[in-house]
Amino acid sequence: MMTNPTGRITQGQFSFLPDLSDEEIRLQIDYGLSRGYAWSVEYTDDPHPRNTYWEMYGMPMFDLRDAAGVMNELRACRHTFPRHYIRLQAFDATSGIESIAMSFIVNRPAHEPGFMLERSEDVGRTLRYRVRGYAANRPEGERYAP
Amino acid sequence: MSAPSYAIPGAALPPAAAPLDAPPPRTVNDVLAASRVEEVIDELDRDLVGLAPVKQRVRDIAALLVIDRLRQQHGLDAQAPSLHMCFTGNPGTGKTTVALRMAQILHRLGYVRKGHLVAVTRDDLVGQYIGHTAPKTKAVLDKAMGGVLFIDEAYYLYRPGNERDYGQEAIEILLQVMENGRDDLVVILAGYQARMDTFFQSNPGMRSRIAHHLGFPDYAADELLTIAEHMLAEQHYRFGDGARQVFRDYITRRAQQPHFANARSIRNALDRARLRQASRLFAERDREFDARDLTTLVPADLLASRVFAPTPG
Repeated sequence: MMTNPTGRITQGQFSFLPDLSDEEIRLQIDYGLSRGYAWSVEYTDDPHPRNTYWEMYGMPMFDLRDAAGVMNELRACRHTFPRHYIRLQAFDATSGIESIAMSFIVNRPAHEPGFMLERSEDVGRTLRYRVRGYAANRPEGERYAP
Repeated sequence: MSAPSYAIPGAALPPAAAPLDAPPPRTVNDVLAASRVEEVIDELDRDLVGLAPVKQRVRDIAALLVIDRLRQQHGLDAQAPSLHMCFTGNPGTGKTTVALRMAQILHRLGYVRKGHLVAVTRDDLVGQYIGHTAPKTKAVLDKAMGGVLFIDEAYYLYRPGNERDYGQEAIEILLQVMENGRDDLVVILAGYQARMDTFFQSNPGMRSRIAHHLGFPDYAADELLTIAEHMLAEQHYRFGDGARQVFRDYITRRAQQPHFANARSIRNALDRARLRQASRLFAERDREFDARDLTTLVPADLLASRVFAPTPG
């Protein structure tokens, strides 16, 4: 982002921290499982802030007891999409909440060019703003290529 | 650009291992005290009647795990032992019950992280069309991670004579996880002796990956009688005068009939006896019952069974 000194996309939890190690990810998953959340793995190569729904990698995992199952899925997803953004989401099914309770990025490309803020003039000196990812110029699947 | 130039306070979390103040175990007693595994083994001894070879094997496995713990203290290379097991025995010999206890023992010794038991059969692993089996099996395996996966009647996974059966696919995924995920889960297969033998003959890979083969012997009549008393005591019933002898007779007769399922048949027989007892008491509309009447099974409740009917011819 323009105002982000680290040159990293900051979405979800822990995104201002250095990347979590696998052991730390495991601890977060275990915490979520202890709260009864259902984890799922999602990926995208278009991390635009308004791109809310990423692609699902497999089904959400209900009734898990241990983080190893989620880690297996994550490993498989990293293997398939090594240069995509991958995030873990924890769904809280408690009646009345029924929404995502935790979400954090666990895989990101080596180089993240970030977003451009485009200004365009409209009638009556109005300024219109547009956020566009630099990487989005390339077709899907070829963004963030080395 | 990607590495932030600032430090994170407390970023590295301490590992979720044993609390730091506990000294490393030095003796077998230290490990036993820390893991409280003996309680489970004692419980196994107390609650399960008979099954001497099984209990001995459970004890051996527990001993190996305890000694491995001590070896680790000396830095001796202790590769995680393969703990996958196969339970064979006739129906009702306690395979599921022992599997449940095994999950607790392994959990107390720290060989599985959560110690839960996921019991599945062929239907839970094998899909109905192409491409359905792998996700289904993987989902079950994910659920069992950190615990014990108990596959009941495992021989159904392999259907000889049908090359396109999807069971083979489930077996291959299982094998892979049993080999690579030793730290994550323990697989216990269960089934009848003869059919498991056929299963292993057709799947040599499976046989070689299972280190422990436990045979569950049939119960003797006396053991079944003890089991029956355990079951009754749990539900606050007891045998009245002479009923114990009658039930012993019942066991002997029932064991000779087809489809005798050891402890499970005993449970069913007792459930039916409870029904008859209830009907008997129900008929006495005006009588005031005391606790003794309500808990006692009399010989008549048992003698009404079909087993005691005179065989025609």
